[in-house]
Amino acid sequence: MAAPCVFWGAAVSYRLFLGGRVSLALRQGVWKAAAAELQILRLRHTTGVTAKKNVAALRRETYTVDFIKKQIEEFNIGKRHLANMMGEDPETFTQEDIDRAIAYLFPSGLFEKQARPIMKHPEQIFPKQRAIQWGEDGRPFHFLFYTGKQSYYSLMHEAYGKLLDVEKRQNQLQAKGLFSEKTKTKDLIGSRWLIKEELEEMLVEKLSDQDYAQFIRLLERLLTVECSAEEEEFVQRFRRSVTVQSRKQLIEPLQYDGQGMAFSTSEGKRKSAKAEAIVYEHGSGRIKVNGIDYLLYFPVTQDREQLMFPFHFLDRLGKHDVTCTVSGGGRSSQAGAIRLAMAKALCSFVTEEEVEWMRQAGLLTADPRVRERKKPGQEGARRKFTWKKR
Amino acid sequence: MRLILRESPWETTGCVGLARGVCAGPLRPRLLQSATPGRARPSGRTLASAATPAVREPEGSIDLNDRILNEPLKHSDFFNVKELFSVRSLFDARVHLGHKAGCRHRFMEPYIFGSRLDQDIIDLEQTAAHLRLALNFTAHVAYRKGIILFVGRNRQFSHLIETTARDCGEYAHTRYFKGGLLTNAPLLLGPKVRLPDLIIFLHTLNNVFEPHVAVRDAAKMQIPTVGVVDTNCNPCLITYPVPGNDDSPPSVHLFCRLFQTIINRAKQKRRHMEALYRLQGQEGPGARGGGPAHPPSLGAYPGDRSSPLPEESGSHACP
Repeated sequence: MAAPCVFWGAAVSYRLFLGGRVSLALRQGVWKAAAAELQILRLRHTTGVTAKKNVAALRRETYTVDFIKKQIEEFNIGKRHLANMMGEDPETFTQEDIDRAIAYLFPSGLFEKQARPIMKHPEQIFPKQRAIQWGEDGRPFHFLFYTGKQSYYSLMHEAYGKLLDVEKRQNQLQAKGLFSEKTKTKDLIGSRWLIKEELEEMLVEKLSDQDYAQFIRLLERLLTVECSAEEEEFVQRFRRSVTVQSRKQLIEPLQYDGQGMAFSTSEGKRKSAKAEAIVYEHGSGRIKVNGIDYLLYFPVTQDREQLMFPFHFLDRLGKHDVTCTVSGGGRSSQAGAIRLAMAKALCSFVTEEEVEWMRQAGLLTADPRVRERKKPGQEGARRKFTWKKR
Repeated sequence: MRLILRESPWETTGCVGLARGVCAGPLRPRLLQSATPGRARPSGRTLASAATPAVREPEGSIDLNDRILNEPLKHSDFFNVKELFSVRSLFDARVHLGHKAGCRHRFMEPYIFGSRLDQDIIDLEQTAAHLRLALNFTAHVAYRKGIILFVGRNRQFSHLIETTARDCGEYAHTRYFKGGLLTNAPLLLGPKVRLPDLIIFLHTLNNVFEPHVAVRDAAKMQIPTVGVVDTNCNPCLITYPVPGNDDSPPSVHLFCRLFQTIINRAKQKRRHMEALYRLQGQEGPGARGGGPAHPPSLGAYPGDRSSPLPEESGSHACP
């Protein structure tokens, strides 16, 4: 909640907002956007605290326009005070400077980032709300006011109008005989439709799932027909770019040392062991770990078998020389880390098909298993204390 | 808009000087009270609380306002509705085509001329009379700056109806009608919302061929309605039913065009009258009031987008 504070005897108090007043829906929406990008289906998560319903608090607080204006004035004055305090120029004090200044003046050890003190523009803190919808004579401003969802329906009206325009144009062209069946290659890759929460935020209106689905269907229909630049722009307003995760294995480039021998370097990790391996193109199968021969560094056969596995898989057992450095972990995890590093380095010398085989064999995937913590009331991570009947 | 607190709701002008053929029965006595304008009324139309302040105005301007509002009531066809359409134009727009005899509603039988090959034909003479009443009423409502809501639930014409409403500066609702929109408006739309003063139905039935909820709710909230009723519709609760085809595109286009024209014409007339009276008020009291709308010439209403039909221009008798 907003906590007013008087700072250094200044006459004007400005507010620091302890805890971002971000609505729960927006937070869930941001999270859902991430999930949408990863294309993973997850269960809907809601706050699990079951308490008695506080009806007054459930109703959305309405902030008047004057209140918001006053908050904005106070924020601007406070920004100038802060700039003076930090000894910087008030005119060129950006939001990043404010964040840095607040983090410096109010260091917080709290883990939850949104619980730390923040000072942001009131537009980002108070949720956007609707102003009064009608004039002095009582006549509403928007022609679809009496439907209840004026922004959404006017958007549908606009989109459908564009569709009708396009179809009329196509009919005219067809009548003249100039119609061409052009199949469009759309630049849809790398972008996704707006999710329902983002659309609700854009329209400042609640939508139902069916409304949202209907809208997306209409936009997709608009995309299937050939449309002009302004219709494309209209549709692109409702698409967001998404970073496409590359599925391809990153292949290290080959490097050449003084003698002209090609080699490739790569890193690997397993539990807490980190390894870096340099694989030379031509060699006789010697492996040096931290300057020591692998036979002496890994006395146990199992570890040496782990080191051999990538070469054995590719039938290149005596053909490469390897120099690696490793630190951390135990003997088995060091062996696993070196194995991963070597396999990744080998990708540069090998065909793409073989890279795919290695990937399927599991040689190129870092093992994510780490030690599970011990829990109280149990002897170990999973083992419980001996159960005594009496 | 000045606030004028009056006691009584305003009059339906459909009964002024015209044939008292078919006005809505149950609603008439309530509506036949003296004319009044204004936004705040303690009647059920607006659900505002009675805490609106009474603004006292100079006596001269109340008199002026009265004269502006009473002037149209002295003439039988102030807005010249007759010249907008004819029976021939209704026929060309296929307004007379009804549904099959099996779909016929019992209460539509008075309006049906007959049936041909099992398809009902609507009597266009009656339609023309009803349409004149309805358009005249709409014009008077628009003249008095009332809120007009166009309602229709046929998806084929939804875009057209919304465009029509937007072009004449009024409102439309061609989407799913939420239950308490009219009856529970303070909750759904806002605390001091002003309800529509007239509802025009381009389609009286909803998507499942049942009477639209707004018909009943408008009757409950004492909002007069104008509705295009087809042979399968129930015309009972509608104040000004207009028997006609609501399914063919030319027919719906014609009705939309007519309503748009008459509303624009009425608003233009209101602007003219206000300008006229303001000028005369400046000149001095006792000046003569403005005359009625001159019967038709094609240039009389330059704001009209749709002019009267070409075949009618020859038959007009310009005074």
